Amino acid sequence: MIRWDRGWRLYLRVALALGITLVFVFPVYWLAMISVKSPDEIYAYPPVWFPSEFRFSSYVTLFRDGDAWAVWNSLITAGVSTVLAMAIGTTAAYSIVRFRTGGENLAIWIISQRMIPPICVAFPIFLLFVSWQWIDTRFGLILLYTAFNVPYVTWMMRGYIQDIPLELEHSALVDGLSRWAVLRKVVLPMARAGLFATAVFTFIFAWNDFLFALVLTKSEAVTYTVKVTGYFGSQSTFWSKIGAMSMLGVLPMMFVVATMQRFIVRGMSLGAVKG
Amino acid sequence: MANLKLHNINKYYGAYHAVRDVSFDIPAGEFVVLVGASGCGKSTLLRAIAGLEEISGGDMTLRGTSITRLAPRDRNVAMVFQSYALYPYLSVRENIAFGLRARKTPDAEINTQVAWAAEVLDISDYLDRYPRELSGGQRQRVAIGRAIVRDADLYLFDEPLSNLDAKLRDGMREEIKKLHEKLGKTFIYVTHDQIEAMTLAQRIILLKDGQIEQVGPPLDLFERPRNAYVAAFLGSPPMNFIEVNVSAGSVILPDGQALPGCAMPDGIYTWGIRPEHFTADEQGPLLAKLDVIQPTGARSYGTFYIAGNHMMAELDAHAANHGQTHLSVAMDRTLFFDPATGEAIP
Repeated sequence: MIRWDRGWRLYLRVALALGITLVFVFPVYWLAMISVKSPDEIYAYPPVWFPSEFRFSSYVTLFRDGDAWAVWNSLITAGVSTVLAMAIGTTAAYSIVRFRTGGENLAIWIISQRMIPPICVAFPIFLLFVSWQWIDTRFGLILLYTAFNVPYVTWMMRGYIQDIPLELEHSALVDGLSRWAVLRKVVLPMARAGLFATAVFTFIFAWNDFLFALVLTKSEAVTYTVKVTGYFGSQSTFWSKIGAMSMLGVLPMMFVVATMQRFIVRGMSLGAVKG
Repeated sequence: MANLKLHNINKYYGAYHAVRDVSFDIPAGEFVVLVGASGCGKSTLLRAIAGLEEISGGDMTLRGTSITRLAPRDRNVAMVFQSYALYPYLSVRENIAFGLRARKTPDAEINTQVAWAAEVLDISDYLDRYPRELSGGQRQRVAIGRAIVRDADLYLFDEPLSNLDAKLRDGMREEIKKLHEKLGKTFIYVTHDQIEAMTLAQRIILLKDGQIEQVGPPLDLFERPRNAYVAAFLGSPPMNFIEVNVSAGSVILPDGQALPGCAMPDGIYTWGIRPEHFTADEQGPLLAKLDVIQPTGARSYGTFYIAGNHMMAELDAHAANHGQTHLSVAMDRTLFFDPATGEAIP
């Protein structure tokens, strides 16, 4: 009786998990299908769940016309800004934790910077970028994403670094390492899970940005999020291009999250233990 | 020649005066134990010597040169930490080699040194394991290995055995003593455990409230403590104290019993008797009613009260029985202290 009950509950739980997964995966599936459907199939009613033939012509078009360049822009801006933000933020976090830089309140002030709604600063930043001639440059976007992500990285890494036993660092100092070497050889390896998890989220923030990319780019530095919107026309909407471009944007993220999943889960639970 | 000299070391944490005017010399090759109750400043002092704690005043010299302002890595000291401080992401071999690599030692020499340290500490079989795969005792050995593998001027131990269980601790104590004899290096060892201090030290530095109470070889401190605090700190079970009146060569206890054979001038004293100074003796002048008997095998501890003062006698296992017992006291080995200041009166 008890065993039957337990088996049944497990069954229910798996079914529920499957159902939820389906709900969340379906839009991605639909997007992928749109990108390979024929125009007729896209507009067909009742909807075509599975296309009769996979057409990759939209992808070919994206690459031939150079639109895929926008994905490359996204990769560069998100990638470089993640590396920069991680380097600056981790160093800052270490300083705050170990040397009480800025006293009690600096860390709070830093994270408060992350809480500013981006739209509030979009216009001032646009004016700034115009006067510095950074409009439509990857350089400008990289700096901006870095500036926005440093507070987040500092806040997260502060938590992870606090969890590292002080004696490990002291031991390394006595053994002959400088502070910088301690950071590199003790703190970073000890905070590895947190480091990867934070980097993934930092990357996602930059990758998902639409607002700044829309305001600050025109053609050269356009990122994929902005490019996608260009296919919504007043006369017609290029659904298969939208699908294909979106897939190009989704795939790198899927790859990153899949490879880093181990660290993301561990990093999140680590952060959860220490508030 | 003194290897390490500390001169008027002071350390404040805000308004709290953690280390007060501490000065001592440690000759090269000596095994010194810093001992005291928790909060006495012993670990702070050790960490100050390592350079992990900035001092508020005073000067330290090592082999004649001042190290007061040097970074930890420029002091050439090696340290074993209470928590072992092993790097979980490095194998035992790399943990031991860590300090050598930090100092850019050639690989061939690292290999020789690591193999030697592993041999000395009997951990050669574990070199390719990770710390999480080791027992507490093995981790402790790795931590010690990481220190001794380096050719340092000073080896510092911060309560290295306090995380081990009692049995393992006894074994490691012996090994640390052997290690010191083998290496002939200067060891400074911090502990709150008086047994560790007594058994390991060539010289004990006993601290209280950030100040040195007494310095000397273990038996000197044990037999000739400068004051009641030192007398009470060393020895287990601790020394018994009772206020007595000495009159005409007899010690008069508060309950009126008189014990003859005292050479002190007449007056009021705090009398210190170690538990082992009592003997069960039919002819003994002291009549005590033993309340609680704690046998340990060879010896037994008997508790009794004299006018409300808790006393403990260490007696022969079979001589310790409940009820009225006659005890004799080794009068010449007992100690007398000034009841006001606690200073020992010779």
